[in-house]
Amino acid sequence: MSSSASVNSNTVQLWSFPGGIHPPERKAPANETPIRRFPIAPELIVPLRQHIGALGELVVQVGDYVRKGQALTQPGIEHGLPVHAPTSGIIVEIGDFPLNHPSAMRGPGIRLRADGDDLWIDRHPLPNYQSSTRLQVLEHLHQYGIAGLGGAGFPTARKIASANGIDVLIINGVECEPYIAADDRLMREHADAIVRGTEALQWLTQAKRVVIAIEDNKPEAITAMQSAAQNATSSVIEVVVIPTKYPSGGERQLIQILTGKQVPAQGLPLDIGVLMHNTGTAFAVSRALEKGEPLIERVVTLTGEALATPCTAWVPLGTPVAYLLEQAGFTPERDQRVIMGGPMMGFTLPHLQVPVIKTTNCILAPTRTELPAAGPEMPCIRCGACADVCPASLLPQQLYWFAKSKDYDGLKTHHLPDCIECGACAYVCPSEIPLVQYYRQAKAEMREQAIEHQKAEIARQRFEARQARLEREKQERLERHRKAAEAREAALAAREQNTPAASEGDNDPVKAALARVKAKKAAAEGATTSSASSKDDQVAAAVARAKARKAAREAENQTSNTPAKPSAQNDAPRVEKPVSNKDQVAAAVARAKARKAARDAEKDKDS
Amino acid sequence: MSWIVGIAALSILALVAGLILGFAAVRFRVEGDPIVEQIDALLPQTQCGQCGYPGCRPYAQAIADGDELNKCPPGGQATIDKLADLLGREAKPLDAAHGNEDVKKVAVIREDECIGCTKCIQACPVDAIIGATKQMHTVIADECTGCDLCVEPCPVDCIDMLPVPEKPERWKWNLEQIPVAVLDATQASSSHSVSADEEHR
Repeated sequence: MSSSASVNSNTVQLWSFPGGIHPPERKAPANETPIRRFPIAPELIVPLRQHIGALGELVVQVGDYVRKGQALTQPGIEHGLPVHAPTSGIIVEIGDFPLNHPSAMRGPGIRLRADGDDLWIDRHPLPNYQSSTRLQVLEHLHQYGIAGLGGAGFPTARKIASANGIDVLIINGVECEPYIAADDRLMREHADAIVRGTEALQWLTQAKRVVIAIEDNKPEAITAMQSAAQNATSSVIEVVVIPTKYPSGGERQLIQILTGKQVPAQGLPLDIGVLMHNTGTAFAVSRALEKGEPLIERVVTLTGEALATPCTAWVPLGTPVAYLLEQAGFTPERDQRVIMGGPMMGFTLPHLQVPVIKTTNCILAPTRTELPAAGPEMPCIRCGACADVCPASLLPQQLYWFAKSKDYDGLKTHHLPDCIECGACAYVCPSEIPLVQYYRQAKAEMREQAIEHQKAEIARQRFEARQARLEREKQERLERHRKAAEAREAALAAREQNTPAASEGDNDPVKAALARVKAKKAAAEGATTSSASSKDDQVAAAVARAKARKAAREAENQTSNTPAKPSAQNDAPRVEKPVSNKDQVAAAVARAKARKAARDAEKDKDS
Repeated sequence: MSWIVGIAALSILALVAGLILGFAAVRFRVEGDPIVEQIDALLPQTQCGQCGYPGCRPYAQAIADGDELNKCPPGGQATIDKLADLLGREAKPLDAAHGNEDVKKVAVIREDECIGCTKCIQACPVDAIIGATKQMHTVIADECTGCDLCVEPCPVDCIDMLPVPEKPERWKWNLEQIPVAVLDATQASSSHSVSADEEHR
């Protein structure tokens, strides 16, 4: 096997990336023992967000009994990634819990009391995925909550769905950060499953070349993966050994090592036809397809000298960190720090009740002698050591000055967005400046400004749209008024021209018609008799008109009264309703007055 | 004779240049004042009117016409600095007469108290309140600029201006600002083990 390893590493051409460091690896105690499995914690907290992207929609309630692997959330309209019950038990609380996040903020989660039986729900594997469509397999992976287990936790199905026509699929087993040994142990013990998951990923992406990259400080993992790859049905999978250097496991750095190509700034690996997944993700894919098990547990490295038995362990997602440390024989010293992630890129946990989530690969409890806390920050001496080690070829000391003076334009022209926050610059800094912390704050501020700018732009558009609408409505109103005035004038003119009877006909057509008929009759009679009696006729017509007018007025009065009367007398509830509405308004006004009075009184008191 | 040639040459030159300028004035005519657009782009677009103008664009116009830069509390000092940078004027501290810089806020209607009078809807400069006569109103929080203009017209005083809740995605890495909750690790683990023991019993 070792011969084939050397053959493989010789045949493949490798490139390098600028900078990089060689910190002490310290993988030793944790990677020497097989992956352990602790008893399930009595209570687990499953955060709804364990990954990038939208949240799923809750499908369970407090008091529900759930089985292991049962979905707690569904993709919903935003197509969020679901989370699943890590064990069987009863949901005791749904609410806000401390997040696995450096900010110590709280976020939505589910508290699950384990019943200890660990009963599975009915599993639906998809072993012959090749006979399904690509879309069905992706939907299966999404429903089973598969997210990237390496870094940010991007939903795997979405990552694959956006990848069309890629050349190289890279399975990242580099694990370059000190202390972390989760992928190392996983590759040693589950190489076959990882390769099968890799084959599935290859089938999904139709990649022409598949590379499993491992650093040369993991010889056992390399051997195991090579023998598994040789037994694999797919022949495009190759295991490539790369030299140990931090941060070789960074996505952009590893792509550069393996292909010699650089991912464009602000771009994605997809732009140069590369897609990368973690070994843990490949394993989770094979589990979801072959066994129908959703992503409910992962390998976590528990290490540091404050632990009696450093090890790797299968940990159900949602297990509190405090419980895990206790299982590994935690003997904290005074001011004990516990780091989530590795020593380079991890963050110090604000407290230990946070749960393990999909992206948690390591919990590090170092003693003070092992990892001394950072000393006081001293002035930058412009030694340039940080620029030598920066894997992204940036100028960290320059970025530091810009970040300190909040010169965001300067940061942009010096490509701060390309910083991967690997911490190599801070590691070599002789003045112990927490450079990455400065960059993170500056990045957050720049992101905030971008969001604010976008919001301002939307607000401006909405404001202008509203102004335009108000102006349009005003014009329409004026136009309406003008038309109404014209109509009135026209009507007035018409009334002056036409016979009075005709103009009266506006109010009540029946009466008007009657009046017209009478007038006609009178006119006819007048015409038949003689022109001398025309005066009498005119008088008769006038009387008729007056009568008609009176009748019309009465009719109008009646019509206006009739609908009001029955509602006032018969329809009792209808009467009550407006009164109660009025009461409501009065009550609200009274409330507002009382509040104002109370406020005034308070002010008086204060003064 | 040469002086006549000189005058003629200069006259022709002036005529040609005048024609070019005249053509350019028509052909490349700019609608409106571009500086107003630039100023407007820097203003926060809350449309709150705290500057004394009915919206951000009128204030941008006023600045272009020579008004002070320091009348925009929602923009704060950052906006004043940017405006001063753009216009080459001196950056002054925010004029307190127009209000003080405050945390970002969002309007929230206490919906069970809303009587559906639509007065806030008419006041909202960005149409971020939805509702109808005698129907409950509500604020579209994402569109609300926190301008405060809906609070005054409400006859029942049911609109609160609440600070925008901070989310982990938009956290600014202010490690010093974390409420220091470093539980003593010994206590945390021991208390946990006690409760776990009780569970097992």
